[in-house]
Amino acid sequence: MSRPEEIAPPELFYGDTEAQKYTANSRIKSIQAQMTARALELLALPEDESAFVLDIGCGSGLSGEMLEEEGHVWVGWISRRVCWVKVALEREVEGDLFLHDIGQGFGFRPGTFDGAISISVIQWLLNADSASHSPPQRLARFFTTLHSCLRNPSRAVFQFYPSSDDQVQMIVSAAQRAGFGGGLVVDYPNSRKARKMYLCLMVGQQEVPKGLDGEEMSVEETAKRREEIKNERRRRKESGGRKGKRGKKDVTAKEWILKKKDLYRTRGKEGVPLDSKYTARKRRVQF
Amino acid sequence: MVRLITHNMLTCHVRNCTKDNFPLVFSDVELVVREAPENLDFIRRFLPKLDWAALVDTARSLGDESLPGTQPEEFTDEQLRALHHVLMEMHVEEGKMTCRGCGHIYHISNGIPNMLLAEHEVGR
Repeated sequence: MSRPEEIAPPELFYGDTEAQKYTANSRIKSIQAQMTARALELLALPEDESAFVLDIGCGSGLSGEMLEEEGHVWVGWISRRVCWVKVALEREVEGDLFLHDIGQGFGFRPGTFDGAISISVIQWLLNADSASHSPPQRLARFFTTLHSCLRNPSRAVFQFYPSSDDQVQMIVSAAQRAGFGGGLVVDYPNSRKARKMYLCLMVGQQEVPKGLDGEEMSVEETAKRREEIKNERRRRKESGGRKGKRGKKDVTAKEWILKKKDLYRTRGKEGVPLDSKYTARKRRVQF
Repeated sequence: MVRLITHNMLTCHVRNCTKDNFPLVFSDVELVVREAPENLDFIRRFLPKLDWAALVDTARSLGDESLPGTQPEEFTDEQLRALHHVLMEMHVEEGKMTCRGCGHIYHISNGIPNMLLAEHEVGR
């Protein structure tokens, strides 16, 4: 599977055609909508109250539209690409849009937002697209400024596509260093295609929600699980090796000899020695 | 589409700019008023977050005199409606926002402010 992060930096990758896809292609639209719905569910905003929500990397404003339907007031960041602006303007979204690079941090007064969502965005932060970009620094800046502009208690939900476990570790540790609680929620962990990672970050004391169709894994659990799997493989390898040899060794020398002699007799071979109590015994050393 | 509700939350985030970085001052403004569905409950709950003095100053600089200079203890529906108009319906389409602390100018075009910073301005 090709990963857009590896092809080009976002401002090049999301050119006119790529950006256009997000409004024209019904499959992309439905996936985006599903992920937004799930992110909103994880966000657990109070019902029947409209909240002030930050949408990080709103792109064409698709997720923002869903926020509007729920009656929330939202503010969206677009990563620095003119095509998105065009697409978003065509759609006449209601939220306020800002042109922004999330790695640079935000300027918002503390405690502004009741929640934040972001769909398929933060993996871009891990790319260093120019010499001055340092992913750990950008992540740290992003999470600290985000932490300060969220209300207490509130949540931030990020859907993202990590390409390796190291990336997950990096993102989670950056978030924890910024003061966030919470952890990873993995939906459909056993399916390769439907598997979705949500980073559910919390300001203040809250419980991490459960993932869909499979147990929720916090970071420590994921690590423990991986350890177990590693050990499991080693154990199976060792036991499997022993099993193969034991299969042969289970038959003692005497049994084997008796079996062979029986076989020769049924075949009618001449001169097969008689069985006695001395059969298959070692000859002692003679002086 | 910079509404005053967002503007009231927005500060300058240039590196080492910590004094007088709120509110950003509008200039060369092109104002558009768009009707928005009224949600007075939301406004009422949003009140504690607002910086009233900054809001009134900004609203007056944009030519809206409907808000009282000091924040009333109890809001009448009339006042809430005026507040709704100021917060949700006034959109700045074109113009500039200037930080009083460091003088950084954020340009607004097509209703979208450009919050990008140059590399040397990014905070650590």
